[in-house]
Amino acid sequence: MENIFNYGAIKDWIPYIFSGLSITMLIALVAAIFGVVIGIILVVFSKVKITDKFVIAYIDLFRGTPLILQLSIVYFAVPQFLDRLVNGIMGMNFDFQLSGIIAAFITFSLNSAAYISEIIRSGINSVDNGEIEAAKALGVNKYHMYKDIILPIAFKNSFPSLMNEFITLVKESSIVSIIGIQDLIRRQQIVTSQTYMYFEPLIIVGIIYYLVIKILSLIGRKIEVKLAYGRS
Amino acid sequence: MVEVKGLYKSFGDLEVLKDVSYHFAKGKTTVIIGSSGSGKSTLLRCINQLEEIDSGEIIIDGINSNDLTHKKVVEKVGMVFQQFNLFSNMTVLKNVMYSLVTVKKIDKKIAKEMAINALTTVNVQDKVSQYPSQLSGGQKQRVALARALVTNVDVMLFDEPTSALDPEMVNEVLDEIKKLTKTGLTNIIVTHEMGFAREVADEIIYMDEGRIVECGNAKTFFSNPKKERTKQFLNKIL
Repeated sequence: MENIFNYGAIKDWIPYIFSGLSITMLIALVAAIFGVVIGIILVVFSKVKITDKFVIAYIDLFRGTPLILQLSIVYFAVPQFLDRLVNGIMGMNFDFQLSGIIAAFITFSLNSAAYISEIIRSGINSVDNGEIEAAKALGVNKYHMYKDIILPIAFKNSFPSLMNEFITLVKESSIVSIIGIQDLIRRQQIVTSQTYMYFEPLIIVGIIYYLVIKILSLIGRKIEVKLAYGRS
Repeated sequence: MVEVKGLYKSFGDLEVLKDVSYHFAKGKTTVIIGSSGSGKSTLLRCINQLEEIDSGEIIIDGINSNDLTHKKVVEKVGMVFQQFNLFSNMTVLKNVMYSLVTVKKIDKKIAKEMAINALTTVNVQDKVSQYPSQLSGGQKQRVALARALVTNVDVMLFDEPTSALDPEMVNEVLDEIKKLTKTGLTNIIVTHEMGFAREVADEIIYMDEGRIVECGNAKTFFSNPKKERTKQFLNKIL
């Protein structure tokens, strides 16, 4: 057994690898929170003439290019561009280099906002028009209609998709290893370079991802049942 | 109570109401009949401003509804829908309380009492903590009736209130509506239930292709229709 999976050699590295999980979860959480906030703003803008074109372009851009490219642009290309523009041409002296974690927060938030806005939009569209008419017939104003009827039902309807997006974020956050952030994958690479072992650290990282997502799915199911409003 | 004068309404190229005028008498029950697409539902929906009219006048309680805010209109006019349209994310009790608390700003405790009273009148008081998805069609429509009644309106619009119900549940809803016709409420009912129309209607309007063909006292309407088109319609359905 020791010849196949060298637990003795990897054992001491496990806490080091495991602590990368907090970075992974932090990026996913920040991106989910800002993604929902920006996503809602995008939905509002998509309902307004003039800004609706901007929203379509935004979503096209973030869905139409790979996340790894977006992260590289934010982390490497934008600082260089600003450096050339502001420092080079305008002769000033600013440091535009972002820390890796900030670049990751920005990229993942902007990216997930594109997906989340689509999820929320289709959730709102799924609300039965009859219920909206009933609210109108009772004199309920737009604000209360959204707050008490449309958004709760839209949230219920789109919750599985939102949970799915969060799980995707947890996994996709592994891309941050390319800019040196010490998430789970980056720590595996470091352990590999120290120990010349691939199999053990990769399997450990795989198990951590799998278990975390399994737990998230179970929590998601529980919430779904709570949100079912009597349907089971 | 409610008067419509020279009402016109189109959806795109389709003219749905063509010069419709009628005075719905206070405290009376008026039943609107006619085949599908004749404009019956649209007429109802214009009265409580779910549809905007193209031209004409709607006078509610002596005031032109152009001079009334939507909120004022719905204070006087309630509506019961074909598809019940209960708020699916709220319990039965919250469905009935909701407009009292958010629109009328009534204290929650009092609103709850009023809601329970209304639900008791339509005999669904044992379902207060259920969600709409857990009710039968007949129960849903009775809750919807309580929700519309609790706000203490003067006029009640019924848009085919039994058309979406299973046959065995039609009567439980019709019985509740029948009770209402004796309370002094001004009822305007669109329905395909001719037996029921005969029983409760004080006045009948027969509509076809967006116009009122014949209207008036329910008894003479059924026993002695004047227009040829009305006779043909009645022959077909009775």
